Amino acid sequence: MSQQNRMSGGQIDRSRTLRFTFDGVSYEGHPGDTLASALLANGVRLMGRSFKYHRPRGPLSAGSEEPNAIVELRTGARQEPNTRATVAELFDGLEAKSQNRWPSLAFDALAINDRLNSFFTAGFYYKTFMWPASFWEKVYEPIIRRAAGLGSLTRQEDPDSYDKGFLHCDLLVIGGGPAGLMAALAAGRAGARVILADEDFRFGGRLNAETLTVGGKPGADWAAGVVDELRSMPNVRLMIRTTIIGAFDHGIYGAVERVSDHLAVPAPGKPRQTLWRIYSRRALLAGGATERPIAFENNDRPGIMLAGALRAYANRFGVKVGERVAVFTNNEDGLRTARDLQARGVDVVAVVDARRDGALLPGIRHLKGAEIVDAGGRLGLRSITVRQANGQTETLDVTALGVSGGWNPNVNISSHRRSKPVWNETLQAFVPGEGGPAGLVAAGAAAGLMSTHGALVSGQKGALAALGELGLSGASDTIPEAEDAPVSITPKWYVHSGKGRAWIDPQNDVTVKDVKLAHQENFTSVEHLKRYTTLGMATDQGKTGNVLGLAVMAGLTGQTIPETGTTIYRPPYTPVALGTLAGRSRGKEFKPFRLTPSHKWAEEQGAVFVEVGMWLRTQWLPKPGETHWRQSVDREVLATRKSVGICDVTTLGKIDIQGTDAGAFLDKVYCNTFSTLAVGRCRYGLMLREDGMVFDDGTTARMDETEYVMTTTTANAVTVFRHLEYCRQVLWPEMDVQLISTTEAWAQFSVAGPNARRLLEKLVDQDISDAAFPYMAAGNITIGGLRARLFRISFSGELAYEIAVPTRYGDALLRRMLEAGREFDAIVYGTEALGVMRVEKGHVAGNELNGQSTALNMGLGKMVSRKKDSIGMVLSQREGMNDPEGYRLVGVKPVDKTATLTAGSHFLEIGAAPVIANDGGWLTSKVYSPHLGCEIALGYLKAGDRKIGQRMRAVNLLAKTETEVDIVSPHFFDPEGERLRG
Amino acid sequence: MAEPLHALTALGHAAPKTVTIGAVSIIERFDVALASLAIRKGREAEVRALAAKAGLPLPDPARFAAGPSFSAFWVAPDMWFVEADHSTHEDIAGALKPLFGDAASITEQTDAWVRFDLRAEDLQGLLERLSNVDFARAADGFASRTVIEHIGCYLIRHGAGSVTLYGPRSSAASLLHALEVTAHSIA
Repeated sequence: MSQQNRMSGGQIDRSRTLRFTFDGVSYEGHPGDTLASALLANGVRLMGRSFKYHRPRGPLSAGSEEPNAIVELRTGARQEPNTRATVAELFDGLEAKSQNRWPSLAFDALAINDRLNSFFTAGFYYKTFMWPASFWEKVYEPIIRRAAGLGSLTRQEDPDSYDKGFLHCDLLVIGGGPAGLMAALAAGRAGARVILADEDFRFGGRLNAETLTVGGKPGADWAAGVVDELRSMPNVRLMIRTTIIGAFDHGIYGAVERVSDHLAVPAPGKPRQTLWRIYSRRALLAGGATERPIAFENNDRPGIMLAGALRAYANRFGVKVGERVAVFTNNEDGLRTARDLQARGVDVVAVVDARRDGALLPGIRHLKGAEIVDAGGRLGLRSITVRQANGQTETLDVTALGVSGGWNPNVNISSHRRSKPVWNETLQAFVPGEGGPAGLVAAGAAAGLMSTHGALVSGQKGALAALGELGLSGASDTIPEAEDAPVSITPKWYVHSGKGRAWIDPQNDVTVKDVKLAHQENFTSVEHLKRYTTLGMATDQGKTGNVLGLAVMAGLTGQTIPETGTTIYRPPYTPVALGTLAGRSRGKEFKPFRLTPSHKWAEEQGAVFVEVGMWLRTQWLPKPGETHWRQSVDREVLATRKSVGICDVTTLGKIDIQGTDAGAFLDKVYCNTFSTLAVGRCRYGLMLREDGMVFDDGTTARMDETEYVMTTTTANAVTVFRHLEYCRQVLWPEMDVQLISTTEAWAQFSVAGPNARRLLEKLVDQDISDAAFPYMAAGNITIGGLRARLFRISFSGELAYEIAVPTRYGDALLRRMLEAGREFDAIVYGTEALGVMRVEKGHVAGNELNGQSTALNMGLGKMVSRKKDSIGMVLSQREGMNDPEGYRLVGVKPVDKTATLTAGSHFLEIGAAPVIANDGGWLTSKVYSPHLGCEIALGYLKAGDRKIGQRMRAVNLLAKTETEVDIVSPHFFDPEGERLRG
Repeated sequence: MAEPLHALTALGHAAPKTVTIGAVSIIERFDVALASLAIRKGREAEVRALAAKAGLPLPDPARFAAGPSFSAFWVAPDMWFVEADHSTHEDIAGALKPLFGDAASITEQTDAWVRFDLRAEDLQGLLERLSNVDFARAADGFASRTVIEHIGCYLIRHGAGSVTLYGPRSSAASLLHALEVTAHSIA
């Protein structure tokens, strides 16, 4: 029979029928249902298996606190594990599967764990699998890994998109129950900018689940009326399906909006979820409260749930969980369930009330001072055993049981900034403490005000107080009439009975016995209790079990519950998919790319690109017939050295430095002198950190008396700019210096090789002969009238220039240079060839500028001027950094020209054992030099300057390579620099 | 003299691109010249007087102001970005330097940036997904540095439905992608 447990009423749309499947069986439900309510309507109580013992489980709750009814939703790439059936909104065609079972939910082979429970007590994994030690990696760990984890992943890429965004408001109201609605109404009417967020797909909170009236109307109808008014206010943003997941600094809250989770497939282009960062001036926590159970033997049977959930299913969803129902309570609220169900014609067999005092419910068997000692029915509740006040036990046939051990205010968000909640003796629960997130106050049940009237009043009051702090005023409108029943509760945490297990944290299978064991083994601190037993470490983060667990521990230690304390509350409030946190930043869009001015041209040529930070640079450009990268790189190197090659060097950082103190400023940030540099000239500069280590290098040109253009390495472009800004703003604010990055404003190309000048002379309007534009000259030029810049600098050791035009003309300049260079067989080379040529020339780059090297290490010690003060100059003179036996940059060539070198190899004397005491240094950069016909390398070698000409070994124990090498000058190519001055 | 070098937009095309997705138009602008102008130490009064004479506004922090030949927005203490028509001020730094002499430091910025103008009846829905700027509360003429999808940008509000974004030129394609994806999600 379809929906045999569906009753009349509720907030579901019976005019439409939704079809869905669970474990392959088809069922029907209605809009307004959750997966759990629809399954219960169809008589399905068994929805999952517990983590450790694989115990059969049904839903414990009707909300986001659910620990048991954890299922997989959807199929294919959209399959999502570990979702809560109690909050999964039903849609037509939904396919759901139970998890953590094999071969079926009703018969699960791993339920054998339940029989072996004495081996799986708290901390079993600390005690077992210890012997033999060799079994851990090969036997135990693989078995545990297979058994662990709840749902399964498809390993397919998530086809949906996720969005991010930023919202601003005067007042963020967290939770849309009576307190939140009243607060939003007061603030909205006052004209404040309000965001009202609720995790549910319907505003109203508990009003939807109760038969209570507000202002003479059914609570749900009152809530709907308020929502209608709020919707008409342009200053109020209503956000349903939106969970506030955490409180962060300065009034910032994280929120996840489930935009499309209630649909089979998101609408085209629409995200599945949106992660919002909400900047609030004030916030009101109106997140309500969560009911907690009472632990007793076998209290995890499917059909046993929180009393409030039982009536939520009845009142909101029109579902009776069973034909014959009982209630076990220690407080007045539990009686509501019995009354509501009886009013709906459900057979309420008994109310088992732990309290001895108070009035009896009329027309219901109300057992005072009684408790439940056991429950029967493996795959679904069949009976409960009740111990009455007089000690007699009785077994009652029931198929559903509602349990209420009291309500815990949802203090999580108020405790995310480490504020400790405080114990309220009247409520027997924690309420928000002092020192929570600045600007946040709690209202309603979240603040411990458990009546509807209390919620309405505190919601309005909280909102008006917040507005008052912001200088806004609102009216104290009449509070609608509502119940104002006081809380009546007698502490009852668990039932002492036989040797059976009573569950506290059902998802992680933490029982009262486990807490007792933790106590016995002295893990009594609440943080130890958590780790030792895994209490509260499941996907529900112990929303129903934590207070119960620490109350049991308090009973054992003789401490009070507040003395026992709580563990730290951390975001997120409910689980968040990693895709939501990633947002749009996934796949190719994981980070933005930076494209060079020659990118379009290089793509046309089929260039191979390399990621350099965010830049995509041309690594090499394969020509037809070249099947190996080395062929392309060797050709590019040889062609450049033979005639002329062009390389896009736009990525090098360029910083425009102006002001009357620009030269003096550079003298301070560079270890060598720039104030004396003539206009129209450039110089290689070395920048040190305060500790004297080398920070960055590059050339800086003086364009006029008060303007310099600095070049940095690609990697440090941003870091150097930031460093200079720090120097300018903080260290020497008295200096007249202005900085701005021009890295992207100019397309800059290196033109290198014996024919570089001849090529450029065809394009540049000015005389650039050696006499007019000598080595290290710099200046503004024109190309066919277009302003451009020319620098005669060389990284390759060749006669070379760097030429720059406004970036938009970069593509055209490259094409023009290739056209002009056709007669010289001009080629374009990539970063690999650039690297080969700089190693041949002995220039340092990233591998040598490793943050641990000094100018002396690099053979540039004389550059550190002692005639002036500069950053790092003093500390670079420390004794340890000037050790004559310290590292020096050397060149390395294999003795056998056909041998290969391995970067990272360590230098050892011939015959020396490969031990750390004999380590002579390491090989930093290695390339194949087509010019020399062998591999060559640079390296840091202890006292390397005195070892030129020696023979050593380059040993790499990781790669298991060893090569005999000759230590040579790092200047492999044109050591006298004749070519670059040519 | 050889043919002048052809210019390419930041997106690698000969002509600027306009994309319309739903109610949002993303218009690449290639006709605006840009330069930074920073006051040299102790020269503020002089620079302000020269700027006023040249009809070049120097708006307050977080503000944009339009002028007859030059518009400007504040970017840092004593520093502005100055806009002008590219067709008449292709060498904008060359045009500004004579106006200020050695009282200000002026640097060409035209091709350091890609400019996208955004148009819709109301851009709030788009911008709240891109930037932490409180766009709804920002007044017309508001200008701020902001980060969009990890990309540092300048945002200028001309009206509820009119915004100018400057992003780094090399990341033009990535920035446009972020704008397009977001426009689709609200379309």
